[in-house]
Amino acid sequence: MNRIIAQHLGVLRAATRRIFNPPLAGLLNILVIGIALSLPAGMYVLLQNAQGLVQQLSGTPQISVFLSMDAKADDIEKLRKQFAQHPAVDHLEFVPRDQALQQLKQSTGLADVIGGLEKNPLPDAFVIHPKPGNAQSLDTLRNEIANLPKVEQVQLDSAWAYKLEALLRFATLAVLILASLLSLALIAVTFNTIRLQILTQRDEIEVAKLIGASNGFIRRPFLYFGAMQGLLGGIAAYLIITASLALLNRPLATLSQLYASQFTLHSLSAGDSLSLLLFSLYLGWLGAWLSVARHLAQIEPR
Amino acid sequence: MISFNQVRKRYPGGFEALSNVSFDIAQGEMAFLTGHSGAGKSTLLKLIAAIERPNSGSVLVNNQNVGVLKAGALPFLRRNLGIIFQDHKLLFDRNVFDNVLLPLQICGFDHRESTKRVRAALDKVGLLKREKSNPIALSGGEQQRLCIARAIVNRPSILLADEPTGNLDADYAQDIMAIFKSFHQVGVTLLISTHDAGVLQDPGVRVLNLKQGMLQSTHAMPS
Repeated sequence: MNRIIAQHLGVLRAATRRIFNPPLAGLLNILVIGIALSLPAGMYVLLQNAQGLVQQLSGTPQISVFLSMDAKADDIEKLRKQFAQHPAVDHLEFVPRDQALQQLKQSTGLADVIGGLEKNPLPDAFVIHPKPGNAQSLDTLRNEIANLPKVEQVQLDSAWAYKLEALLRFATLAVLILASLLSLALIAVTFNTIRLQILTQRDEIEVAKLIGASNGFIRRPFLYFGAMQGLLGGIAAYLIITASLALLNRPLATLSQLYASQFTLHSLSAGDSLSLLLFSLYLGWLGAWLSVARHLAQIEPR
Repeated sequence: MISFNQVRKRYPGGFEALSNVSFDIAQGEMAFLTGHSGAGKSTLLKLIAAIERPNSGSVLVNNQNVGVLKAGALPFLRRNLGIIFQDHKLLFDRNVFDNVLLPLQICGFDHRESTKRVRAALDKVGLLKREKSNPIALSGGEQQRLCIARAIVNRPSILLADEPTGNLDADYAQDIMAIFKSFHQVGVTLLISTHDAGVLQDPGVRVLNLKQGMLQSTHAMPS
């Protein structure tokens, strides 16, 4: 058992040495694989971040109901009862126009401008928290409210978030397609590298076959080479993504500070990183396997 | 040990390299295969190692019909043979030691045992001091001896040699024949092809003479 492991380790060492011989060609190959992988993987990370953000925002949809300026206290009371009894409404708050003005003064720093106003331009408003539902049921609720008397305007705060979510689903599909195409490219790169290797080692393969090497013995170094090159490409992709996100996070921090929020891009999770590495290793192995299956049979000693 | 029975080999294109060849070589026997260039000597040796397959007839090695052997079984046949190639087939991307190591790697020997065996084989052919050299730096005779070392390192029971003294001067040729005789003495079965009748001076050694693909005579050297 030990002997077999030692043999495999020897083959692995030799394969790794061969990747970096000549060093520049090997590094370029790894870089190509790394870039090809980092594109879809990096976009996936950005999408994940965007999705997290959208979920945060759309998780608590609100409907703002602005009443007309001539709504009296008993109109308001009537509406409040109506809303409270509505099956789709979870709970609601009433925001009187004076309170709204106060809030506006405090939160926007426009106190001077607002102080100069002769009268309060804001209407009374309800903020309705609907029960969880999909975008369509929220839409129905909104239309229903809009038709009530003394209701001036109804705003569904999360509508844009739902739209964004749909957009993100679309983008995710686009990333998947890109990832499949670039995976094929990776397989092709490995296929070709191995083909060249087999050609340059034609003599060795022929001699090995003549003195009793099994196909497995001949195939092994090439498979290890492909897998190792894939793995190193995966590591390159991981480094590219991590470095890019680190670069992006600094200006992003400034930007989100300006919007008075705190938002940082999260890098790949441990699980995702491991998947990336295993996936690239597998693709490299697959490319090598296809190449070996295709080209090794053509070399028969004469 | 090796048995040909009415073997015919025709190459694509119609050239008949061997026709109706039958002979037997017993275990531990040393035999020479002679004939002019193109008489079919190389083809005959290739049939034994299943590098080529006969069109008809049977080639038995250790009672196994190698002409119909499946591709997956070939490695195990060849591990049992030591083959010395006419063109040496040495690998110039590694040193002398690693060239001889290759058959042991293929069979999966561990590091210590392989090192021991490689040194023993190199010592046998007198190349122990050159183990770090690249084969390209060796003379023709040394390359031939390196090829022998690689063929015997696995301790095969059958040794096939295709023109091992082909382009060597007489002294080197004598050296190499002496090496072969020493294998013969320890019970290895040998089949050596040569067009050089000068080396066939040993009494009692069997000679198979090929002419245009046909076995002309199998006789022992007169004493």
